Amino acid sequence: MDAIIVEALTKRYGDTLAVDAIDFTVPEGTTIGLLGGNGAGKTTTISMLLGLLLPSAGRIRVLGHDMATDRFAALARMNFSSPYIALPHRLSVAENLRVYGHLYNVRHTGRRIAELADQLDLHGLLDRPAGELSAGQKTRVALAKSLINRPDVLLLDEPTASLDPDTGDMVRTWLERYRAESGCTILLASHNMAEVERLCGHVLMMKKGRIVDRGSPADLLARYGRDTLEAVFLDITRGTGEAA
Amino acid sequence: MTASLRRIWGMIYRHLALYRRSWPRLLELAYWPTLQMCIWGFTASFFAMRGTGAAMVTIGMLLGGVLLWEVALRSQMGVAISFLEEIWSRNLGHVFVSPLRPWELVAALIAMSILRMAAGVLPAVLLAWALYAFNLFALGPALILFALNLMAMGWWVSLGVVSLILRHGAGAEALAWSVLFGITPFAAVFYPVSVLPWFLQPIAWALPAAHVFEGMRAVLAGAAFPWEHLAAASLLNLLWLAAAAWLFAIQFRAARIRGALLSIGE
Repeated sequence: MDAIIVEALTKRYGDTLAVDAIDFTVPEGTTIGLLGGNGAGKTTTISMLLGLLLPSAGRIRVLGHDMATDRFAALARMNFSSPYIALPHRLSVAENLRVYGHLYNVRHTGRRIAELADQLDLHGLLDRPAGELSAGQKTRVALAKSLINRPDVLLLDEPTASLDPDTGDMVRTWLERYRAESGCTILLASHNMAEVERLCGHVLMMKKGRIVDRGSPADLLARYGRDTLEAVFLDITRGTGEAA
Repeated sequence: MTASLRRIWGMIYRHLALYRRSWPRLLELAYWPTLQMCIWGFTASFFAMRGTGAAMVTIGMLLGGVLLWEVALRSQMGVAISFLEEIWSRNLGHVFVSPLRPWELVAALIAMSILRMAAGVLPAVLLAWALYAFNLFALGPALILFALNLMAMGWWVSLGVVSLILRHGAGAEALAWSVLFGITPFAAVFYPVSVLPWFLQPIAWALPAAHVFEGMRAVLAGAAFPWEHLAAASLLNLLWLAAAAWLFAIQFRAARIRGALLSIGE
């Protein structure tokens, strides 16, 4: 069964077509990568999936719920993390997580926060204001926030942006483990090709608001005759390569 | 606790946690009402030294006006500033991808405005009693009815401000502090509506505050309870609240069309 179904999804701002009638599905329990250069339409697509942005046309169903008419039922089972949206800086990490525990109606919020603190090594951070954390610590906290409700669908917008290699690897390892244990469906927008190759079973390549290619990382490498997904990405974004 | 109440509590908890960690915010709550009380209280004391019994009633009207108008001001700012806190912390994106409904957000903002208003106005009420022997509670049950109407007026004005912020971004945030001050001349806080030029009087009568303060002056002057003013204020508040809720719903949807919920802080 598909956790996410997107049909003819379109977003237009005046004369600018940000997303152009894209279709895709994300099967339950899989991780799919959304790749593309700046302005390709990745963040716009994710915003529409989350209900933050109303599509100009098309349809989105998440976990069986139509996002146009029944988005709150889906949102309760989803979550989202992005380094570009902050948590309140003056609240401590524990207070921030408690707020979102209430918003997502998480039972035994304190116990859930303790679990996440164990898993993401947050114990030393719980009483510190969120605004005083390093970039890596903030990313771990944002990840904890996005997992507070044990989501069935997790949308991640560049989850390891600005992280050092060690912390980035820790986050990727943790995401792999979480998906294997929970069966969660993950949609990942990233510029980190190695990350996408490692985490994603399927990739959607976006350019100028359209999905210009799709397939598993291995399929894409074979189709473009390249050794790395980064080379495939450059072929597509620069228009320098042809799929076989 | 139902899921809906839990979400509302989550937003209230978020703001209470903020105030617990920020003494300047706590100080700001009581600073202006207390300052206003001092300025008008000493002015009233000056009149009292030169006045008669009638002057004492006027002083009561003046201090009652100051305190009750602060109820409206603090209620309005309580909603608008609590919403602005989400913009300042760039947290709106997280809030609106949670299952929190827009009406639950508004309910939480209103609850915060009640708490902020109480924290701001009660010290000024106590100061008026301690320094000037003016007991606002001597208005009796009428005080509650008047205060409720002024709080409701603060809420619909702030819903209008929040709608403008959704439409124009944080550039409209100055309205959160100034909009009710602009209405003050028409609210008949310190003088009766009849003092206004004839062409301004219809504007005053369209505001619940004018009816509340006319009613307050009638009670302080020992007249019969002005039910007609209370009914007019309540009806006007219902109409204005409905209009403000409609405007908020339209602007919230427009913000979702423009993608402003993610970029509104910019």
